[in-house]
Amino acid sequence: MEFEATVEVQLKEGIADPQGSTIENATPKLGFNGIENVRVGKSIRFTITAEDEATAKETIQELCEKFLTNPVIENAIIHLQGAE
Amino acid sequence: MNPTIGVIVFPGSNCEQDALEAVTSLGADSKLLWHDSSDLGDVDGVIIPGGFAHGDYLRPGAIARFSPAMESVIAFARSGRPVLGICNGFQILTEAGLLPGALQKNRGLKFLCKPVKLNVQTTNSVLTSQTTKGDSLTIPINHFEGNYTCSDETLKELHDEDRILLTYEDNPNGSIGDIAGICNIERNVVGLMPHPERACHPLLGSTDGHPLLHSFIESSRS
Repeated sequence: MEFEATVEVQLKEGIADPQGSTIENATPKLGFNGIENVRVGKSIRFTITAEDEATAKETIQELCEKFLTNPVIENAIIHLQGAE
Repeated sequence: MNPTIGVIVFPGSNCEQDALEAVTSLGADSKLLWHDSSDLGDVDGVIIPGGFAHGDYLRPGAIARFSPAMESVIAFARSGRPVLGICNGFQILTEAGLLPGALQKNRGLKFLCKPVKLNVQTTNSVLTSQTTKGDSLTIPINHFEGNYTCSDETLKELHDEDRILLTYEDNPNGSIGDIAGICNIERNVVGLMPHPERACHPLLGSTDGHPLLHSFIESSRS
């Protein structure tokens, strides 16, 4: 089966996010109020062929641990959707 | 016999010639090693130079660590022989798990390119053996992602095991504990963000890189 995967890579809580704080500091100057806790991450999209959803998820989890994230500072959230 | 220092070259490395020139001027033999080959030849020490290996895509060092040469460098390091990562090389060593922690974007989000003052914290490493504790060295930095970070436990270990080699006198990038360079438990793998190879000639404004690279060459000799 083919699945569409989206991996959201985010900085772990407690890890300083200079990009997030720069964006947050700019928002009131642009007239947007009440914006807080800005965190910047990245989104990686791909398709994966696997026997079933559980196998796909397992493979992606391993991919995240070994390659897509740096576990010292980052977490991953995996979204999977059947493509067929 | 002079020790031979191998300098690994990735697509996007840009400090390999400086590293080669610096260690050669200090009396070592040296050669460039292409990342795509796992054969390190008969080198006595390995330098992973600065630059933007594989364009720093995904994260600095994330792709470089899977190069065939890196597998050999990991084995070389595990056998106790000296490995030095400078700037992008430091990032690659953390990604490869040879050094703890990670390098984040600089506090203030500025690309920093300037000479900084470093303090030698310990002489017990392949990079600092020929220095004196407390020495103040002027060495340039040139990075966007040089903000060293690690867990509280790792920081405590680094302190307790005397593995912080160099600290910034005036922290430029937000690094935890003012850390500019560290080593592994065995003290043969070192990483630092500043560029000692760019402080090796009076014309470059400083020769303070000499004692560091001299230490590395001497460690490669034994």
